[in-house]
Amino acid sequence: MRAALPILAVLAVIVALWYAATVWMNAPWVRDQAARAGQEVTTSQLVRETMSQERPVLPAPHQVIAELWKGVTGQAVTSKRSLVYHAWVTVSATLLGFAIGTGLGILLAVGIVHNRAMDLSVMPWAIASQTIPILAIAPMIIVVLNSVGVQGLIPKAIISAYLSFFPVVVGMVKGFRSPDRMQLDLLKTYNASQGQTFWKLRWPSSAPYLFASLKVAVAASLVGAIVGEMPTGAVAGLGARLLSGSYYGQTIQIWAALFMAAIVAAGLVFIVGGIERATLKRMGLVR
Amino acid sequence: MRQGWPDWAKSPLIGFGAMIVLMAVIPLLSGQSPAATLGDGRLWLVLLVWAGAWLVNAWLAERARGRLSKAVVAAFFGLTLLLIWELVARLYAVPEVILPSPSRIAATFAANLGTLWIDFVQTFVKGALTGYVIGCAAAFLTAVLIDRSPFLQRGLLPIGNFVAALPIVGIAPILVMWFGFDWQSKAAVVVVMVFFPVLVNTVAGLSASEQMQRDLMATWNASYWQTLFKLRLPAAMPFIFNGLKIATTLALIGAIVAEFFGSPIKGMGFRISTEVGRLGLDMVWAEIAVAALAGSAFYGLVALIERRVTFWHPSQRH
Repeated sequence: MRAALPILAVLAVIVALWYAATVWMNAPWVRDQAARAGQEVTTSQLVRETMSQERPVLPAPHQVIAELWKGVTGQAVTSKRSLVYHAWVTVSATLLGFAIGTGLGILLAVGIVHNRAMDLSVMPWAIASQTIPILAIAPMIIVVLNSVGVQGLIPKAIISAYLSFFPVVVGMVKGFRSPDRMQLDLLKTYNASQGQTFWKLRWPSSAPYLFASLKVAVAASLVGAIVGEMPTGAVAGLGARLLSGSYYGQTIQIWAALFMAAIVAAGLVFIVGGIERATLKRMGLVR
Repeated sequence: MRQGWPDWAKSPLIGFGAMIVLMAVIPLLSGQSPAATLGDGRLWLVLLVWAGAWLVNAWLAERARGRLSKAVVAAFFGLTLLLIWELVARLYAVPEVILPSPSRIAATFAANLGTLWIDFVQTFVKGALTGYVIGCAAAFLTAVLIDRSPFLQRGLLPIGNFVAALPIVGIAPILVMWFGFDWQSKAAVVVVMVFFPVLVNTVAGLSASEQMQRDLMATWNASYWQTLFKLRLPAAMPFIFNGLKIATTLALIGAIVAEFFGSPIKGMGFRISTEVGRLGLDMVWAEIAVAALAGSAFYGLVALIERRVTFWHPSQRH
């Protein structure tokens, strides 16, 4: 409760600021309409009008929540109008890409740790590639794969995999190297093979690093899937909702899709965090 | 005397053997005769070049000790990848609309320097850099302001951490709607994207100085601001620069993706999305090369400044 109070206070301030901004940003349109109709607007009228527009410059929080609620519960979850349906389209691509990217990332990290040539030749590029705006190639991947006949889930998953790949490689190389000299020497005195050293020492000690990079990777995968949905011409998914909302000026729809994306992101990170806590607890790494 | 193959040569040879086995097994699994792949001279050429380069690289890596020779290994690997790409694109006559060859991309790059420069100025200098400076400055000032209030810190930090994990690029369509198609809206997206990582890192950095050091400042009767400027800000610099480095990549991503939602007829994101539409993939790759160069140069610059500012930090000692 003590920890929640400051957070709630800050949230309350944010919501209050949001309402103030709603009135301020939507007021010109209301005044304009009233002037055209030759009417005067009172302050209370102005405030009421600014919060019930159909295409506001900035929708009020309750409008967004209402749209979100309508999108989630208003129809069957398989309907094209359901936000759950669109969220699922995005999440399935995210999870597939996340699984592929993480798997390949761990494999590459294993290779880098055990092979000097790979370490020296691949690792600098893996690090450098993190400074490159990889997301910029998303439209190209989508269109190229489309032209060779691959559509739907796979291209988005490839972008997600690509984005989650490098954080995992960099994090896991650090993790596999985290055992210190003394521990490695101990295993050498036991005459442990390279495989035994990996499974009994390197792999367990990399767990904290694994989860830290998984949290980054899952958030990056979601961004990849959302951006991957944009160039295909807005068929389905949260990215498509954002794009079609922006084409037709449906600001409430954009904000609802944004909130849905935020909820999904928070959910994914929360799940990874939960698995992290449970695993590290069983391993005795946290009390 | 050592018998048989030296250690460094084993993994390239095993890899080469594995690739030949795969050449036979993959057609078999899909129910075709392996003769087609095994008799494919082009495939053998690519494989031989790859295995040869790998052998040379393993030999180089075995001998690399200094920083320069290690850089040579990495550069050689990069060149190998480019060579393989070029070979595959030429030998198999891959259509330009799927994968243009590196030489073709380089030619396009050289022929369109003017356009690329205009796009670079529009997206990087106007959009990303302006947003980066505004966003980082705002985050830094906010961090210093909330530093005096533990209540605000406990309230803002969890929210900041939460927001940093959200897909913030999603606000791009809204900001494009508010600030118009030109660079101002891109800068606005960048401001929002870089704000939270820098804020969270700066707040963490401001609490990095030790109690003992702060007590020492107190015994000298140092004021809050003196302690801030002489002790806590210098101690926070490694954290702040961590945030600033993360923000460099985010800035470029934000500026490019925001252009997908509407832009004037210049800019890297605009060029990428229109050239993709016209299937001018060589131009797309040229823009990506510009983005990669700009991204790593930007990151390198911030890292260089970091080295100058935090020369005292253990991670900077060599």
